Amino acid sequence: MPIIATQDPTPAGAVVGTPAKQQRGQAEVFGERIIEALIYLCGFSAIIFVFGIFFFVFREGAPFLAKLKVGEFLFSTEWFPTSQTQAKYGVGALIVGTLSVTMLAMVIAVPFGLGAAIFVSEFCKGKVKETLKVVIELLAAIPSVVWGFIGLTVMSPIIINTFHVPIGVNMFNGAMLLALMSVPIMVSIGEDALKAVPDTYREASLALGATKWQIVYRVLLPAAKNGLLAAVLLGVGRAIGETMAVLMATGHSVRIPDSIFDPVRTLTATIAAELGETSKGSDHYQVLFLIGILLFSITFVVNLTADLIVKGVKKK
Amino acid sequence: MSAATSNLPATRLFTETPFVRKKQRRELIAQCFFGGMAAAMVIPLILIVGYVVVQGAPSLSWEFLTTNPRLGGIRGGIWSALVGTIYIVTISLCVSAPIGVLSAVYLNEYAKDNWFTRIVNLAVVNLAGVPSIVHGLFGLGAFVYAAGMGKSIVSASLTLSIMTLPVIIASTKEALSAVPMTFREACWNVGATRWQTIRRIVLPNSISGILTGVILQVSRTAGETAPVMLTGVATFKAVESTGLFLYNPITDQCMALSMHLYYIATQASNAAPSLPFAIATVLLCAVLAVNATAIGVRAYLRSRKKW
Repeated sequence: MPIIATQDPTPAGAVVGTPAKQQRGQAEVFGERIIEALIYLCGFSAIIFVFGIFFFVFREGAPFLAKLKVGEFLFSTEWFPTSQTQAKYGVGALIVGTLSVTMLAMVIAVPFGLGAAIFVSEFCKGKVKETLKVVIELLAAIPSVVWGFIGLTVMSPIIINTFHVPIGVNMFNGAMLLALMSVPIMVSIGEDALKAVPDTYREASLALGATKWQIVYRVLLPAAKNGLLAAVLLGVGRAIGETMAVLMATGHSVRIPDSIFDPVRTLTATIAAELGETSKGSDHYQVLFLIGILLFSITFVVNLTADLIVKGVKKK
Repeated sequence: MSAATSNLPATRLFTETPFVRKKQRRELIAQCFFGGMAAAMVIPLILIVGYVVVQGAPSLSWEFLTTNPRLGGIRGGIWSALVGTIYIVTISLCVSAPIGVLSAVYLNEYAKDNWFTRIVNLAVVNLAGVPSIVHGLFGLGAFVYAAGMGKSIVSASLTLSIMTLPVIIASTKEALSAVPMTFREACWNVGATRWQTIRRIVLPNSISGILTGVILQVSRTAGETAPVMLTGVATFKAVESTGLFLYNPITDQCMALSMHLYYIATQASNAAPSLPFAIATVLLCAVLAVNATAIGVRAYLRSRKKW
């Protein structure tokens, strides 16, 4: 019904004809107050939740801060949390693991993600475009545990046979999965960024006789570079925070990798794998929550940067 | 070449200068290059997903779906895991859908363009970016311990509902902002209050986008593993009955499809090799079916939209 009503906006004459503002029942006014209060409350909820996440994760990890030597925590590669006599909590190797997997993933994902974004936005039309977008959307929906399973059962034998390495679950495997997982994000955000470039730019270049190729790298890439950078950053954020896929596919050994076929372990995977075995309140337990805070901070910075870059695009 | 061109119509002759031919060739190369990049990511993915489904499909049967897992999950079916996932999805949907929609209403209809609104928007973006395992830690600290709910279905559902909130907020906001401003103005002009306008005009006209967001939230919730494994999903839980009401959501832990897949694929070495493929197939099909529904709903309602 309302659709019909809105289709035919009331002519001005009718407004004049209606009686002066009708009194509404007290209950109705009161109900409206309540619902608006609720709306305001929910509106602020995102802020509450972000602070809540920080607060509760920090609260569980905080007692260990007194014993924590920050330098040793961040840079030492000795992670022996279960040792009875000399437990050591150095997450250096885990940070290196996370960064190396993420970087390798981005090296694979960025060319393909941006290339696919350019293809979807500039080179295909109509049915092909719609189909591609739907396929990419569906790919983005595949749960990370299924990705991890694919890494374990499909990619691992392929990697062993192709590169003749002893272990199939390694940094390369994890990076491939992360690349495949972050490509859909890059494509959709990158496509938005390209769409935001005014058509007049394209028309002007076409009128000068530029080919599509020239338009892409002389006009579109410079004009959309901020949006594309934001797309890459959001992909990075997703890759750093990804848990299940890297837990299952990176091989899970704490070390600084020598080659891309070495198994590594990431920050996220460490929390997921070890938290179940710790007792509440133990040092190990608290350190895992501190790793959570570290992860929270890293992704916060990455997302903040991406957001500021996007805002910069919109202002122009 | 020149003999061939002389037979062609005049318009074609014009385009066949060497310069234009070079340009056309480059155009084609560019198209193939970028098309190849898109294909290089899409085709292997479809092959891999297809492989998983092909491996898993033979062991799927009605019996597999409707019998409970036995012997630590390596025998029997997946019924109790399926039900657990349904519980978690339903409860978290009931929490996050209203909050998310109202939050989007605030951001789109009430919020003024000032620093505070920018902070709220920033919070939404960051909430979407928080790693899932950190959400799990939060759920453990806040719901399981601080709120005293223990490891239970409610704790897991609440954790997931906060995690998926940004999905609903973003899609609802987009849907709301697609309603033309003139609709609201017309409604205000006949004396409607802000809330009346929202309820009678804005929400009905943006229901397609809101629905899409809610459906996407369902698929995201169903596939999440890391947060629920910390807050209330057990690797195995023996359940006798095969009804729909297996668990008490307040007190019980449950099994879930995603966790079951993780457990069987990594820890249960003596399970039949086809079992994880079968679970993965069920999970994949469920999630993709839900997403396809969302896309379908969106396309259908968009085609009916008259402005």
